[in-house]
Amino acid sequence: MSVERDVMEYDVLVVGAGPSGLSAACRLKQAAAAAGKEISVCLVEKGSEVGAHILSGAVFEPRALEELFPNWKELGAPLNTPVARDEVYFLTGPEKGIKTPGMFVPRTMHNEGNYIISLGNLCRWLAQQAEGLGVEIYPGFAAQEVIVDEGNVVRGVQIGDMGVDRAGHHKEGVYTPGIELRAKYTLFAEGCRGHLGKRLIKRYRLDENSDAQHYGIGLKELWTIDPAKHEPGLVIHGAGWPLNSANPGGFFLYHLENHQVYAGLIVDLSYSNPYLSPFDEFQRIKHHPVMKKYLEGGKRVSYGARAICKGGFNSLPKMVFPGGALIGCDLGTLNFSKIKGSHTAMKSGMLAADAAAAALLAGGEGGDELAAYPESFKASWLYDELYRDRNFGPAMHKLGVLFGSAFNYVDQNWFRGKGPVTLHDNTPDYATLKPAAQSRKIEYPKPDGVISFDKLSSVFLSSTNHEEDQPVHLLLADPAVPIGKNLPLYDEPAQRYCPAGVYEVVSEGAAPRFQINAQNCVHCKTCDIKDPAQNITWVAPEGSGGPNYANM
Amino acid sequence: MKALVSVKRVVDYNVRIQVKPDQSGVVTDGVKMSVNPFDEIAMEEAMRLKEKGKITEIIAVTVGGAKCEETLRTALAFGADRAVHVKEEGEIQPLTAAQALAAVFKKEGAQLFLLGKQAIDDDASQTGQMVAALLDLAQATFASKVELDGSKAVVTREVDAGLETLEVDLPAVVTADLRLNEPRYLKLPDIMKAKKKPIEAVSFASLGVTPGAGLKTTKTAPPPKRGKGIVVKTVDELVAALKAKGLV
Ligand SMILES: Cc1cc2nc3c(=O)[nH]c(=O)nc-3n(C[C@H](O)[C@H](O)[C@H](O)COP(=O)(O)OP(=O)(O)OC[C@H]3O[C@@H](n4cnc5c(N)ncnc54)[C@H](O)[C@@H]3O)c2cc1C
Ligand code: SF4
Repeated sequence: MSVERDVMEYDVLVVGAGPSGLSAACRLKQAAAAAGKEISVCLVEKGSEVGAHILSGAVFEPRALEELFPNWKELGAPLNTPVARDEVYFLTGPEKGIKTPGMFVPRTMHNEGNYIISLGNLCRWLAQQAEGLGVEIYPGFAAQEVIVDEGNVVRGVQIGDMGVDRAGHHKEGVYTPGIELRAKYTLFAEGCRGHLGKRLIKRYRLDENSDAQHYGIGLKELWTIDPAKHEPGLVIHGAGWPLNSANPGGFFLYHLENHQVYAGLIVDLSYSNPYLSPFDEFQRIKHHPVMKKYLEGGKRVSYGARAICKGGFNSLPKMVFPGGALIGCDLGTLNFSKIKGSHTAMKSGMLAADAAAAALLAGGEGGDELAAYPESFKASWLYDELYRDRNFGPAMHKLGVLFGSAFNYVDQNWFRGKGPVTLHDNTPDYATLKPAAQSRKIEYPKPDGVISFDKLSSVFLSSTNHEEDQPVHLLLADPAVPIGKNLPLYDEPAQRYCPAGVYEVVSEGAAPRFQINAQNCVHCKTCDIKDPAQNITWVAPEGSGGPNYANM
Repeated sequence: MKALVSVKRVVDYNVRIQVKPDQSGVVTDGVKMSVNPFDEIAMEEAMRLKEKGKITEIIAVTVGGAKCEETLRTALAFGADRAVHVKEEGEIQPLTAAQALAAVFKKEGAQLFLLGKQAIDDDASQTGQMVAALLDLAQATFASKVELDGSKAVVTREVDAGLETLEVDLPAVVTADLRLNEPRYLKLPDIMKAKKKPIEAVSFASLGVTPGAGLKTTKTAPPPKRGKGIVVKTVDELVAALKAKGLV
């Protein structure tokens, strides 16, 4: 059925209001103002408001922000808690751990000069700056399709339709076709595993010359703790128990303002045991004394999860295609040796914006490849930073946590990352699972309702909501795979890797059935990444749907 | 005929409400705020009446701080022609808000005042009633159907016993219930156009309203935690359990 769609045209369209997209939008307007010219910029965001879908750590390195808004302090950017102290632990058992003496902490894990922030709140602030500069921001609208013309040039995006029922029929009286947003350049800033970014990488074969991308899943909670235990600016990181070399990960605990802490765990999605449940690992690790001593007597306020793109330098695809570019984690600019991707995302957005602004201000008509973006990238500190840390992830994957850490210590502190060796890791994360029959079942302790919780009460705290009567936004290429293949082979790992309990294998009566509770989805993208059959595709649900994170 | 629609900025219905540790209220910092859903229904109804040619102009109004401009922009995106912002920071007493809304209604010479039956933050369900009393107008609350007929409004309201139909003389106050309509989705071009529509700022002083001290909130606390449930196997057990609790 063909539908009449409104069309709106801009010079530049940005998809996604994360740090990369917002920085790009601000930079475009700054460049136009400096040249005394007009560049129209539109930004769409699938969350109900800017920040609603942002989930990060976050220890924030202000380098890119300094460049974008040198007067960020006067402008009131929400960087309220400077990092005061770093602690790094290696956990050796449920009760034990070794604190790494400061001198052996890798260079990349030092945080002087950084801030503990809510990245969601920084994005809200960036959005205010952007609107002040004249950017049109539309939260609650998801980009659903890329518009590509006959000449294979990206011309913009189509916004998802609203008011479609579960079966795909238009709902009487409320059906609202998504409009077409067209632009001379479109910057894709969807963050890790963007669903349009993924298609663009495939369509334009942008990853032809790069290593496979690698991912982690980050789970995080916000707690209000006993003021007596609160030490603003304290940053704690650690690895080890209960994870191991074949199933690596690391935890964090950041003390921010208002007697609150962020507690989190990042599990590498290259894990091999299909019985592993990142959610339960997180609940379990909170009972370790290193974490529990702070959380005890406190109250959990919020919960969320999001995938993280960790392949780094070696996995970076080509950045541009005719009519647009990838920026931020949609491209893969996170520096995993620091677990930081916000400042790098911002910088990549600014570089792409500079390139687009230069082309437009010179009278360009758009639609071409922004070659100036990858060129300026090569000359930037961003390139330098990602290049130095290129071996971190592969070393961990190839050499295991212990030798990998040793390699990283030497590589980082002796060679400052410019050592002679480059390690490659080309096994994608969906291909690392061992069959269930060869794996150890993991018995997770029952949550106590005080320090640890079950999935449903956790998802409740993410304030997630989707209009119920809409098509399921998690598409199965072959609906028979979950029960027919994944269940016998891997005990269907979706039941465990999804942090929101979206996937269930229900056994009423004889035959097991695969159930998708799509309205619980927190948009972390893990299923799209980890499904061993690559059978699940995440697409954007009706705009506004998803989590409503506050202060995350 | 002019219609006035009031819209209130409230914590979004999806947000899990957290009480501040000092019990002085609920947490709103960094929390998503949106238009009170019942006011959206009122707004939608005004739009439908306008589309039917029964109303010529829709004026949106809100009482509150600078941030409430967002709420008015949403109403303008829905289709309000213009907006009035009674701009006052800080806590606002319910009666003061009603007085301000009544003053705006009078000043605008509107015939119909449409608003939600209650706001989902304090659930007080009193603003419409107070405005009607202050202006000595007819009121039809909890409307599930509204028809305008010349100088009258015919309103079907949801009451405990079922449905009740009232005929009220205009000008009148009508408060919207859940089943009145299903609000439309906002269109992106309409949101863009709303940015350019005029918002007039007024104050209590300019409306001749003197804020009074009516209510004082002494404490805000979360509802008590639900106790553990029990599983009963038979009807007899259920009856016994209910009896033991003194419920039957
Ligand atoms: C648990 C965890 C801890 C982290 N810790 C840190 C840290 O301490 N320090 C640090 O610097 N970094 C940290 N990071 C990484 C950091 O959060 C990311 O690198 C950063 O957010 C990437 O920014 P981005 O703009 O590329 O994408 P994102 O921040 O992911 O933003 C993308 C935005 O686009 C929107 N969007 C996506 N698709 C669409 C669509 N189709 N249509 C419309 N909108 C769309 C999304 O809703 C989202 O708002 C952490 C990440 C995680 C998960
Ligand atoms: S369904 Fe997929 S994207 Fe949604 S929460 Fe679960 S794993 Fe994440």
